[in-house]
Amino acid sequence: MTSEVVTAVPLTFRAPRFAVVIVGMSVALVAVALISLGLGQYALSPAGVAGVLLQAIGIENPWAPAASTASGVILDIRLPRIVLGLLVGAALAVSGVLMQAIFGNPLADAAVVGVSSGAALGAAASLTFGLTALGLWTTPAFAFLGGLAAVFAVYMISRSGGRTEVVTLLLTGIAINAIAGAGLAFFTFLGTSATREQIVFWQLGSLNGALWQNIAVVAPVVAVGIVAAVFVARGLDLFALGERTARHLGVRVELLRVTVILMVALLVCAAVAFAGIIGFVGLVVPHLMRMAIGPKHLPLMIASALGGALLLAAADLIARTAVPLADLPIGMITSLVGGPFFLWLLLKTRRRAGGWG
Amino acid sequence: MSAGDVRLEARDITATPHGAVTPVLTGASLSVRSGELHALVGPNGAGKSTMFAVLAGDLTPERGDVTLDGEPLRDIHPRQLARRRSVLLQQNAVSFPFTVEQVVRMGRAPWARTPAEDEDDEVVARALELTDMTALAQRGITSLSGGERARAALARVLAQACDVILLDEPTAALDLKHQEDVLRIARDRAREGAAVAVVLHDLNAALAVADRVTLLSRGRVVATGAPADVLTAERIEEVYGQPVDVFPHAVTGIPVVFPRR
Repeated sequence: MTSEVVTAVPLTFRAPRFAVVIVGMSVALVAVALISLGLGQYALSPAGVAGVLLQAIGIENPWAPAASTASGVILDIRLPRIVLGLLVGAALAVSGVLMQAIFGNPLADAAVVGVSSGAALGAAASLTFGLTALGLWTTPAFAFLGGLAAVFAVYMISRSGGRTEVVTLLLTGIAINAIAGAGLAFFTFLGTSATREQIVFWQLGSLNGALWQNIAVVAPVVAVGIVAAVFVARGLDLFALGERTARHLGVRVELLRVTVILMVALLVCAAVAFAGIIGFVGLVVPHLMRMAIGPKHLPLMIASALGGALLLAAADLIARTAVPLADLPIGMITSLVGGPFFLWLLLKTRRRAGGWG
Repeated sequence: MSAGDVRLEARDITATPHGAVTPVLTGASLSVRSGELHALVGPNGAGKSTMFAVLAGDLTPERGDVTLDGEPLRDIHPRQLARRRSVLLQQNAVSFPFTVEQVVRMGRAPWARTPAEDEDDEVVARALELTDMTALAQRGITSLSGGERARAALARVLAQACDVILLDEPTAALDLKHQEDVLRIARDRAREGAAVAVVLHDLNAALAVADRVTLLSRGRVVATGAPADVLTAERIEEVYGQPVDVFPHAVTGIPVVFPRR
């Protein structure tokens, strides 16, 4: 290149902003979790909750209530529910980031394009036919297969040249959701009243009845998915330039694509297996995080995992306490917020693209 | 590598792009040499884009082979290839609102975890400067005009710091000044020893800046050589089906193509 001396442009790191967002959300997450653990029919102050938690990890303290009911309610009922919510929220938000990256489209979300329905269909199949070959892992394994089939189908059908037009993506999603819906209806029809109830519960999405055994299955899957996501982050940045250009920059496009599809199926099945279809988390959270800290995938992935966890913790708090003595389905809460958000995003995208193309 | 060495070579290529039924290229050959700016010209549908895709490694030809420094292109690991040749496409949309600087920095991706990584800041700054994008470095790429996006993409290609460079109609979206800037940048890179291949529509640009011109028509190479020898009035008329006058420019003496109206 030319020999003239050019001074380096000052680098704008959004690092301080990233730190603020991460710290802010972490504080909010701890606060929501403590409040949520204390609220309910058996109410406890945040200090009481902290006391029980400290006692559980072997630290004697003066705040823990004397009654053993307290620790039972907190540790065996509310805590697993909250932990499952955090895992599901993180998994859905990260799956959203991954899907948006490989579809090159900010409207991709597990529920919108039918991956969640596919996973629910797989899970319903395992239930209806009473399959238990893999023990506690049976339902997640079938959810994985269903989700994988769905994400693969959407990907093959709706993409051209490494990008997906909004209309094509949404129409493909409608078709996949319809097919999975038909399957779910069929299983509802086939099943006993107990499995029917389970299937309905899936379609609504709920964290009710979460057990530590469920978490033992979900936690490692989500951990693997999120750690893998961190490794593909740099490749996904280049993917934003289009597939051909990503390849010209040394990305092994086919390998990355298959890896990411597997990761999406893994994260969505972990989320769906015990909590059902919880929509729009993968849409709302990555979008807000992108506005806050920019589109670079590594920080985006970390912030979205945290943001998804926070969103579900808050949504679950509302689901449990909004109506006295009732446990609303959390999928209803997220859709109530996510639906209008989705419409707004759609209108914004249409304005920018100058049409639905 | 001394000037005139063949760097990127396509021999006797027959290729069918995705979506086409019959081959678009039939037995076309092309060599891009170090120190040369090689312009690829021809009418619409002549096979320029297909030849470009073959040279870039995006399209595997049915017949013929493509080599970089004598090595078959498909045998080179993608990461290694990305350190040796850079590619600018016509289509430069970016899916998410990365800043211009972030996009240009993506050109440095092949050099991650190598000693060359230390030069990232300097190389990116110079690429922004050369393409007149320094003032827009912190803008979101999706908010820019088509011409600005094209310049950001060129800056990204320059940041990749390869000495084999492929540019597909790099002047298409640009205004007069930036067209000249881009052609000058491409020629400067060739003067410094790079092998540069450029698809061009503007025959006058090819005559003015190219060291060598290859004229394609209906999937075949009609002529290749010095610009003034290839782009004669008779040949242009025959290939494009449009009568033209070719005459020396009053000041520079470089041939100018002017359609007869």
